[in-house]
Amino acid sequence: MRMSKLVRTGADFLYPAVLIFGLYIVAHGHLTPGGGFQGGAVIATGAALVIVAYSYTEVRQWLSGKVLMGQEVIGLMGFIGVALLAFAFGQVFFFNYLNASGSLFGIPVPYGINAGELNTGGFVPLMNFAVGIEVWGGLTLVILYMLSGIRKEVS
Amino acid sequence: MKKTVVLMGSLLIICAFLGVAALNLTFGVPKITDMDDYFLRFGQEQTGTNNQCTSVTFDFRGFDTLGESTVLFCAVIGVALMFRKMQEGEEHEDE
Repeated sequence: MRMSKLVRTGADFLYPAVLIFGLYIVAHGHLTPGGGFQGGAVIATGAALVIVAYSYTEVRQWLSGKVLMGQEVIGLMGFIGVALLAFAFGQVFFFNYLNASGSLFGIPVPYGINAGELNTGGFVPLMNFAVGIEVWGGLTLVILYMLSGIRKEVS
Repeated sequence: MKKTVVLMGSLLIICAFLGVAALNLTFGVPKITDMDDYFLRFGQEQTGTNNQCTSVTFDFRGFDTLGESTVLFCAVIGVALMFRKMQEGEEHEDE
């Protein structure tokens, strides 16, 4: 049960915009309002848009539940792994070892109002990406599972 | 009917208690601000994030976010368990 060509074309145009907006919220989590949870939820809404425009069975052919489950597991494991890496630097669990180190995301930030540099934040951007990937996979999986329950009545 | 009256009455009493308690609060002026002042003063230098909400949720209170992620994971597992039979195209035993 697909929607009309107008709706499908609109979804085709809107889905990349939703994806980019969600990834922007995830990537700028340490500078602007938002973060991993919010950005992941935005991307999962894009999946709902595609499912509305195309049918559930058609989306199911190229959107595998295993991939989304793997995404969720990788997100959670990445989150814990980034936090555990602090032990390698001789620090305690959840210590921000990358902050002001000069390497990745390591530009020091002064106190007060500043312009905001994307390459700051220590491990916070990495955490944001991990949580974003996890929420993306998890919420999309919830939508797919709940749709599979009402599939017979729809089609 | 009697149950409804009792329910409404108890709800009213609870609301009155909460309302009196809320009216006595001074809005925007908390009594103890040591923790807030510390986060606002040293958050940028210690975590490198301009967004102080993210610095609290992902750095100062990282364990909270860890639990939140785990709760989300468990919720998805629960939904998957609920709809597992329907996913395979089988009927439930009750139907």
